Amino acid sequence: MTGLAAASLTACGPARDGRTRLKLWAMGREGEVVQALLPAFERANPGIRVDVQQLPWSAAHEKLLTAFAGDDLPDVGQIGNTWLPEFVALGAAERLNGRVAVSTSIDPADYFAGIWATNVIDGGLYGVPWYVDTRLLFYRTDLLSRAGSPAPPATWSQWLTDMQAIKAAGGPKQFAILLPLDEYEPLLALALQQPEPLVTAAGFGNFRSPGFKRALRFYADIFAMGLAPVATGSEIANVWTEFGRGYFCFYISGPWNIGEFKRRLPRSIRGAWMTAPLPGPDGPGASIAGGSSLVIFNGSRHKEAAWKLIEHLSTREVEDRFHALTGDLPPRRGAWGDPELAGDVYARAFADQLERVRPVPQTPEWERIATEMGLVAEQVVRSGLSVDAAAAELDRRADLILEKRRWMMAQGRAS
Amino acid sequence: MDDGAGARLMRVSSAGWVFAAPAVLVIGVFFFVPVAGALALSFTDFDIYALADPHNLRFVGLSNYRRLLETPLFWQALGNTLYFVVVGVPLSMGASLGAALLLNSRLARFKTAFRTALFAPVVTTLVAVAVVWRYLFAARNGLINAAIGVIGIHPIDWLGDPHWAMPAIIVFAVWKNFGYNMIIFLAGLQAIPEDLYEAARIDGASTWQRLRFITLPALSPVIVLVSILTMASHFQLFAEPYVMTQGGPLQSTISVLYFMYQEGFKWWNLGFASAVAFLLFLLMFALTLMQLALARGRGWQ
Repeated sequence: MTGLAAASLTACGPARDGRTRLKLWAMGREGEVVQALLPAFERANPGIRVDVQQLPWSAAHEKLLTAFAGDDLPDVGQIGNTWLPEFVALGAAERLNGRVAVSTSIDPADYFAGIWATNVIDGGLYGVPWYVDTRLLFYRTDLLSRAGSPAPPATWSQWLTDMQAIKAAGGPKQFAILLPLDEYEPLLALALQQPEPLVTAAGFGNFRSPGFKRALRFYADIFAMGLAPVATGSEIANVWTEFGRGYFCFYISGPWNIGEFKRRLPRSIRGAWMTAPLPGPDGPGASIAGGSSLVIFNGSRHKEAAWKLIEHLSTREVEDRFHALTGDLPPRRGAWGDPELAGDVYARAFADQLERVRPVPQTPEWERIATEMGLVAEQVVRSGLSVDAAAAELDRRADLILEKRRWMMAQGRAS
Repeated sequence: MDDGAGARLMRVSSAGWVFAAPAVLVIGVFFFVPVAGALALSFTDFDIYALADPHNLRFVGLSNYRRLLETPLFWQALGNTLYFVVVGVPLSMGASLGAALLLNSRLARFKTAFRTALFAPVVTTLVAVAVVWRYLFAARNGLINAAIGVIGIHPIDWLGDPHWAMPAIIVFAVWKNFGYNMIIFLAGLQAIPEDLYEAARIDGASTWQRLRFITLPALSPVIVLVSILTMASHFQLFAEPYVMTQGGPLQSTISVLYFMYQEGFKWWNLGFASAVAFLLFLLMFALTLMQLALARGRGWQ
């Protein structure tokens, strides 16, 4: 008990043994695994000790905001890169341009450009990518070839033809693709393939653009043609079982599912599935630049030590070890040369896709706008709202959500 | 009244305040101050920008309230909540009263065992039993669909169909909560003097007449109390949809409180969320007053 009290008293300053105590917050599985990467760091830096606190993903965002309000943020934190604009707007994240410029181990050119871009806001760099996440196709090779296609589709029209053939071969009880209606990411990926931005520079929604309407129409057509079941993710109790049964052929998902598919799919279809880059309107398309970054919080009193920790976690060797422990994909190309990763046939499509990822709009309100996009798309699918009406409704909602942001811009407090 | 008596009265009343002071202080600090703070907050646009820098806080007058009334989702949430209250409260009270009458019956055996069993859902953890109920409600291979399949009803996508999600939530909530009111009703029933029933039986009253003319009138103060408490708790619907459906499908299970939670803690629009809280408070206050007036009008108090 007294030990605990002493630990909490000294948590911010140098410990009794004279070492600097660094606080690191990380989420979910990453928070668990990062512990294993720290002994090497502490050996190399005997003056620093790292205390890790693990946050559950579901509560992480609230916890970080509450900690900001209470002036209780750690020195280093893992931040989902779509949250970064919010923490920059709060003034909570430290600008890292100067540190990266003189760093000997972090080379921006080695990182996937789309991923690096998510950490740059108005020319300021606020995070170093830790691992990447994007969405692409998981598919059943046997079902696709039964439907007469030897290779996965690269264009929307080929994709649609394949899906119709799969549906025709599968009958009424089977579908070509699973697009859970409570996930906005598949539609977002299709929308990011379009030339127009989803939010304008002046702070208005841009959903009435021809590009977004094209993406939404394609998405809605898949349901209207009966190629996807009208269902939310919670209704598909077990995605892996259903994929194994051939309930659907295509599934748009992320890197974590490589491991899950390997582990959970029934033995009978091992070897009968593969990953492929996301098809685009006229050739291989873009997808979402997701993942997590490491940031230094502004209130930290140990920024030098914090930066050393980030550099340590970003070396190729540590990234490869991290991949082996979590299955998370490294953000720098150099780390992909690792034999384990290079030999993973399921990861290849990701290496390809990561060269074509685009950041989501960098406004703090984006998460909310994307949620509205998912809800309105659900209305299009379920209650037959027209694409034009949906686009207009989305712009209306986005404009309302962005009202404060426009005021901030007018005041010169945001750009 | 002479001066001495006046001063004594004064002393007595100030002594009363001294005794009440700790309670008044606690209620003031933990109730009135936060409520006043929330009311003030509801006239501002407090959000993450204001959290970053108080200069970004704008006083917006009543515009949060105006915007709220213009938000279709708020009306949908209110509609969903009223649906839950209007259907759920009578069902829940009916189930509680029915169970209490059965337990109080002289024919009932193993009363303690049944009382414990029927009360058990109340003390279970909501999140844990919600997981079990999600399996029961599952569209494919769910127990409930299997059971209604036996009598020839087609499977229903309970939690996935916008028309069936709220009924499913109501069934779950009634099961979870009826035991609590059952205990209150049971206490009320046991307080009714046995000789009333005896006299009625001698006069030749049937079981139904005894229920209609003795039990229900004697129980009416308890019924008023239970209806107010149940209504208040049903208006605060939150945890069931949060765990079972996350407000979906098509936002058919979003309640006012769930809407407030999303605005306040998911999107951090605390000003707007405070306005939601105050509208809900006013609504519940008005409805409770109406219930009390109704009860008073019928002489049930």
